[in-house]
Amino acid sequence: MSAQPADQPADPTSDVTAGRPVVEERPTIVMCPEGPMLLRGDAVIEDAEGNRHRTTRPVSAVCRCNKSATKPWCDGTHKLLPKKLRP
Amino acid sequence: MLLPKARGTLSEQLFTALREEPGTAVVLDAAVADDAEDRAIALWASYELHYRGFEDVDDRWEWSPDVLRVRAGLEEVLESELRERYDAHRPERTSDRVEDLAKDLFDYIAAHDGPSMARYVQTDATEAQTMELLRQKSVYHLKEADPSAWVVPRLPTGPKAALMELQFDEYGDGNPARLHQHLFERGLEAAGLRSEYGAYVDEATVPVLESNNVQSFLGLHRRLRAASLGHLAAFEATSSIPSRRMAQGLERLGFPDEIVEYYREHVEADAVHEQLAVRDICVPLVEMEPTLADDVFLGAFACLDTEDRQARDLLERWGVDA
Repeated sequence: MSAQPADQPADPTSDVTAGRPVVEERPTIVMCPEGPMLLRGDAVIEDAEGNRHRTTRPVSAVCRCNKSATKPWCDGTHKLLPKKLRP
Repeated sequence: MLLPKARGTLSEQLFTALREEPGTAVVLDAAVADDAEDRAIALWASYELHYRGFEDVDDRWEWSPDVLRVRAGLEEVLESELRERYDAHRPERTSDRVEDLAKDLFDYIAAHDGPSMARYVQTDATEAQTMELLRQKSVYHLKEADPSAWVVPRLPTGPKAALMELQFDEYGDGNPARLHQHLFERGLEAAGLRSEYGAYVDEATVPVLESNNVQSFLGLHRRLRAASLGHLAAFEATSSIPSRRMAQGLERLGFPDEIVEYYREHVEADAVHEQLAVRDICVPLVEMEPTLADDVFLGAFACLDTEDRQARDLLERWGVDA
């Protein structure tokens, strides 16, 4: 096992290979400006009423504007809101 | 699928040639086309050789220089018309900073004003009109996501992985029963329509064929990879809300669950896909290759424009004010 050089901190979020662009580890959760929260992987979400919803796709979009008709999932409704009222 | 019906001089000559043995000397010239309709069906068929082909055409025609030559002539017309329309609708970006690209792209798509077919189906369309719309839409939905698949090997690491993440969902996440094309097939069957690939090409309108052709054109040319992805982004970003309206309209008219479900699936799926297409695919590609920014907008415009033209044409046909 080779030691990590002292001047290169072990960073789990980056994969730097000499001479190549940095490819970052993708995040599991992403807050989209004025849009939903993206969630990668299997998860169970409990909504405000205590109902549980299991994710059904590799990436899910969770409503953040609170106006979706398919909560907890995003249905694009945030785009119909004035910009000030978007997440 | 058999070759579609010819719609003019060029398509007649091309389809006659395609029924012969490959290698047969063919002299075809895109310039003999009678009109846009003749060009559209000829180009559509020449692209189809790369997808699933035709039962009455030898597969070796796919790479025939004669067919590729006539295809190139038709693409020249398609591209120059597209670029001419785009010139009148270029984005007014305040900067060309890549940090602003996601916002600028979402804004450009949102600012586009066109007739809403989904809104009409939601509240007013008759059953017969909606059936006609489904037949027209089947030309694309039965090969949904396929045109963007050509782009995958042409991308650098980040955008490639992100496009595959999106496409994987289009193709059912590994489950054939969830493949979007298959969901539409089931929807067509439940609605009493034919579901086999290409079933309604002979009645496809010129704007429907042109929309299909633009997607194949962008997908098949590496130099236009960013435009293909811009098209994908605009398609996804104009899908969730219209899909909900379509689902409501289909329910209003008493259409079966299977076809309603196809649109419901797209409400949620495309709310995810639009974010992936813009933030994880288009933006990182332009970060790596900044000169591609304008192509992303060209592709987005191509989607919005061809969708408008399909909707306007059908609504006009039905005597509806668009």
